[in-house]
Amino acid sequence: MTTRHESTEVGPPVTEVGVVGWLRHNLFNGLASSIATIVIATVLVVVGWLLLEWVLFDARWGVITENMRLFLVGLYPQSEIWRVWLTMVALSIVTGLSAGTWRSSALRMMAMMLAAGQLALAFLVVASGLGLVATAALAANALLVIVAMLGAQRHPVGRRWLLLGWLVSAVLTTVLLAGLGGATPLPAVSSNQWGGLLLTILLSVVGIAVSFPFGVALALGRRSKLPVIRLLATAYIELVRAVPLITILFMAALLLPLFLPEGVRIENVLRAMGGIIIFSAAYVAENVRGGLQAIPAGQIEAAQAIGLRSWQCNLYIVLPQALRITIPANVGLFISLLKDTTLVIIIGLLELLGIGRAVLAQPEWLGASFEVYVFVAAVFFVLCYALSQASYRLEKELGVGER
Amino acid sequence: MPEKRSAPPGAARHAPVPFWRDIRVLAILSQLVVLGVVVVIGGYLLNNLVTAMDQKGFLPDLGFLGLTAGFEIAEKVIAYAPSDTYADALLVGLLNTLMVSIVGIVLATLLGLLVGIARLSRNWLVSRLALGYVELFRNTPLLVQLFVLYFVVFLQMPPVRESLALPGALYLNQRGVYLPRPELTSSGGPWLLSVVVGVVLAGLAWWLAGRREAAGRPVAGLRVLAISALIGIPVLGWLSVPGGAVSFEAPELARFNIQGGLRFTPEFAALTVGLALYTAAFIAEIIRGGIEAVSKGQREAARAIGLREGQTLRLVVLPQALRVIIPPLTSQYLNLIKNSSLALAIGYADLFNVSRTISEQTGQPVAVIVIVMAIYLVISLITSVLMNFYNRAVQIPER
Repeated sequence: MTTRHESTEVGPPVTEVGVVGWLRHNLFNGLASSIATIVIATVLVVVGWLLLEWVLFDARWGVITENMRLFLVGLYPQSEIWRVWLTMVALSIVTGLSAGTWRSSALRMMAMMLAAGQLALAFLVVASGLGLVATAALAANALLVIVAMLGAQRHPVGRRWLLLGWLVSAVLTTVLLAGLGGATPLPAVSSNQWGGLLLTILLSVVGIAVSFPFGVALALGRRSKLPVIRLLATAYIELVRAVPLITILFMAALLLPLFLPEGVRIENVLRAMGGIIIFSAAYVAENVRGGLQAIPAGQIEAAQAIGLRSWQCNLYIVLPQALRITIPANVGLFISLLKDTTLVIIIGLLELLGIGRAVLAQPEWLGASFEVYVFVAAVFFVLCYALSQASYRLEKELGVGER
Repeated sequence: MPEKRSAPPGAARHAPVPFWRDIRVLAILSQLVVLGVVVVIGGYLLNNLVTAMDQKGFLPDLGFLGLTAGFEIAEKVIAYAPSDTYADALLVGLLNTLMVSIVGIVLATLLGLLVGIARLSRNWLVSRLALGYVELFRNTPLLVQLFVLYFVVFLQMPPVRESLALPGALYLNQRGVYLPRPELTSSGGPWLLSVVVGVVLAGLAWWLAGRREAAGRPVAGLRVLAISALIGIPVLGWLSVPGGAVSFEAPELARFNIQGGLRFTPEFAALTVGLALYTAAFIAEIIRGGIEAVSKGQREAARAIGLREGQTLRLVVLPQALRVIIPPLTSQYLNLIKNSSLALAIGYADLFNVSRTISEQTGQPVAVIVIVMAIYLVISLITSVLMNFYNRAVQIPER
């Protein structure tokens, strides 16, 4: 074996590689850069230290832990909270199965986030008055997501069954949360008692899911060759997009009851849902229109050439491709809808932020507003950031398969 | 049937398509059906509405606009008193909305530009800080940010007697933000004239430089001339008029209040700053995306034909980036205008907030909300039209 002469081998200078090189290139690249680095680092350290001190010593986190039930489910009766956990069982299983079957890393990420979220909630409720049952239920749900996902990876479930599963869990959610009333084991819980994070998520999920078919119809209408239909769809979309959401929410809260025939009363939460659906249908429509425009004309011509009718062409050729492209944009819409649900406090509903304001109105927690807002902002941040990361991955995933 | 079979074959080919399969008839019919359904449903709902309102005794009627409003509005751009009409109150609200929107758009654009460029910085700390800013503000609700700014920042300022005095005669306290108020002195007129002359001359020189540049001739001298005219003539004007052209009336801390100066209420400050911070996060991403969308080859080609760094940015990168930036920027501006209606939550008297008071006082919720929606529609349309003009101006003409 010949040994090399160590002396002849000259490595790159220490100042160009490794930690020192990285620092030189990224933090101290010239005078201006060095000054910026030093100033920013100093400010960050000081602010970070003050913030840490506040979080660890000064903040009164009791305002959160002692009101955890309100923050999670609002005024939902204590004795019925098990129904909320049970709802999440169905959702956990179906989400896990879907993620396992579809073999999409973005979906898997979302399922993992659902599991992690429920696990985090389990830890949060330990210190609250919700009891260990809630902790155990949430932790078990988190486990269920993973188990269902791993199971479906081994034995994929048919897509029809998954669709059925989603429909069933939607019905189950409604029945469990609203109750059947009367002397059944599920006494009715008025939607006026729903609140907190439960209401936030409910409003945004229902908002996007129900408005989706309307949005697709509006998008098709806007691209229709028939002038009356095109005009009606365009007018609706542009009108709704031009006005602020709170004007629509107010209209829903004030006018929806007046639009209905006498004697029909709808609860506040349903009015807000109506307003959100009216609003988001227009935005879904614009997203879908973007997707429709991306489908090359050759696809439609080919469909016509093999003799498909126009509805068949839309249903089997155009929409499956167009809707697939619009998924990331619709996740983006869902994120902004999630943030916009905070506006319902203006019509008197107590979603997460509304509960925060209500808690702050209690005399014992008068000075704790920053704690409450930081907590609410943190919950929204975690939800929105996680979703946007998943959406980003989905976008890349769909881009790979693009033909 | 034998009769049919005996018909000449040519006749069958030219037999008219029955009308129920004629695509032209079907098109008209289907539109009529849709229109009919929309009219029937709309009519039904409207009928319910009219019945319900008739029973409650408030059929829509625009007569209320001429009645005396009777409520005070804390902040106003134009003169308004409770004895004025509801229409005046709406106008005051509209002007407040416009003021918040314009100030917010200017601030958001400047901050967004800064953060967007910082995102592209080669300094790791700077770009990470910008990213952190963007993620933090994009992923939390605007309403939470407004509440924090209003209830935790601006309302927690010290009381008037312990006002925070910042350099430049800036005061911060519970009642708002106080700035020096600029005022033209008696010699302000001539100075303004010199400003106008400077701007006109600079514009002329800049235009000439553009023409020479298009012809490929050197322009550096003309550009220097333009900038020095823009700055120099007003400065000379300022020096030549006696005793300064603009005086600043500084706010002064009196016993119980701050006297003089320009005051912004905590509501206005929180709303404007909140809208600007939130929208800037989105604008920053748009600007970063626009600059990154210009391919590296364009820069390299520009450098290869001998353009300097500044010229590359101004003549090659920016015109192409703007094409990408303008349309999403427009929708961010529209979002900011629409989001200004959150003023209701922190008690700033914008259009929507004023309209709520009016509809409660007059019992005319339908008429009021329709008026407000129409006004927002018009604002949105005007903004889109203006931005479309600008967009067309920056588009690269294609064949």
